[in-house]
Amino acid sequence: MKPIDLIKKGIIKDNPTFVLVLGMCPTLGTTTSALNGMGMGLATLVVLTLSNIVISATARFIPDKVRIPSYIVIISAFVTIIQLLMQAYLPSLYETLGLFIPLIVVNCIVLGRAEAFANKNTMLDSACDGLGIGLGFTLSLTVIGLIRELLGSGTLFGMNLWNGDGILVFILAPGAFLVLGLLMALFNKLTQGRI
Amino acid sequence: MVILLILVSAIFVNNIVLSQFLGICPFLGVSKQVNTAVGMSLAVTFVMALATCVTWLLQTYVLVPLNMVYMQTVTFILVIAGLVQMVEIILKKISPALYQSLGIFLPLITTNCAVLGVALMVVQKQFSFGGEARMLNLGESVVFAVASAIGFGLAIVLFAAIREQLQLSEVPKPFRGIPIALITAGIMALAFMGFSGMV
Repeated sequence: MKPIDLIKKGIIKDNPTFVLVLGMCPTLGTTTSALNGMGMGLATLVVLTLSNIVISATARFIPDKVRIPSYIVIISAFVTIIQLLMQAYLPSLYETLGLFIPLIVVNCIVLGRAEAFANKNTMLDSACDGLGIGLGFTLSLTVIGLIRELLGSGTLFGMNLWNGDGILVFILAPGAFLVLGLLMALFNKLTQGRI
Repeated sequence: MVILLILVSAIFVNNIVLSQFLGICPFLGVSKQVNTAVGMSLAVTFVMALATCVTWLLQTYVLVPLNMVYMQTVTFILVIAGLVQMVEIILKKISPALYQSLGIFLPLITTNCAVLGVALMVVQKQFSFGGEARMLNLGESVVFAVASAIGFGLAIVLFAAIREQLQLSEVPKPFRGIPIALITAGIMALAFMGFSGMV
């Protein structure tokens, strides 16, 4: 498969949120605004792409029995790098995302792609796969964040659209479940039989 | 009093699944039947208490004195993965019956973000008790871990009971499977919001 097709596949056909239903915790937990969702998605994208490249390069040397712990160590090394970088350069975003940045380590998308794709494909393909899936994840999180922010606080990427408040519940925990459930149903309806 | 506060807060007010969004994967994945949900929550309770105890000690007596707090994520996940493996081996030897019933859930727990989440929470977050904010000590941390696990168990068992009923009802086609489960969870989260303000 051509690299560009791999990237496209991750965005629609293998969309991690709506099709594979992986990485639900950050999807629900960080999408209180479009910007937060996007930040979380991009952090995951970087970790996913880099860990995919390294795992694909080292897969031949790692004994089969200890592969999962080895992958976890590789992934957590990249997560720590991202964590320190965000702490230094994007302190406010780091503060809002909080616990969910170190928890990228146990995000099933990252480990899932390592196990399902990166350990049996070339470095270029793995990088493209990571990029595609990461973009799909970022896009889904941004859309969910956009809707929750619009309904919940009446703003769009922080811009005030109308005076007054939004429907607070969409910012709170129940709103996350409801918006994601409805969006997923909509996605199913629109793509019925085509994926 | 502090213990009671931690218990109520972690089980009801800040329920780990329905208000903190940790452990959603097993919450959606292993909640089709009440029996398996109970098994999963028992295994999680066990591992969470043990993991929090070990990681708290590691943080206080190794990482902080050595100025290596940046290694937190790497060490904690390794400890949890090792611990799960060890618990599996020990259980197999001393209590085959329990091992049989928890068996399949144990390996899944390594990637349950609730376990790592709670371990990180107790060493990073300040907890406030009636005005004064401070870190938890070892005993309180373990209580917090057990309470969080009970909260997880409560949510997943209730959810499984609802989903068992849901299977008998006719759901519109696009909503079948995960979407209706998420909406059910949303309504449950709405109900749990009633506890907020209690602590």
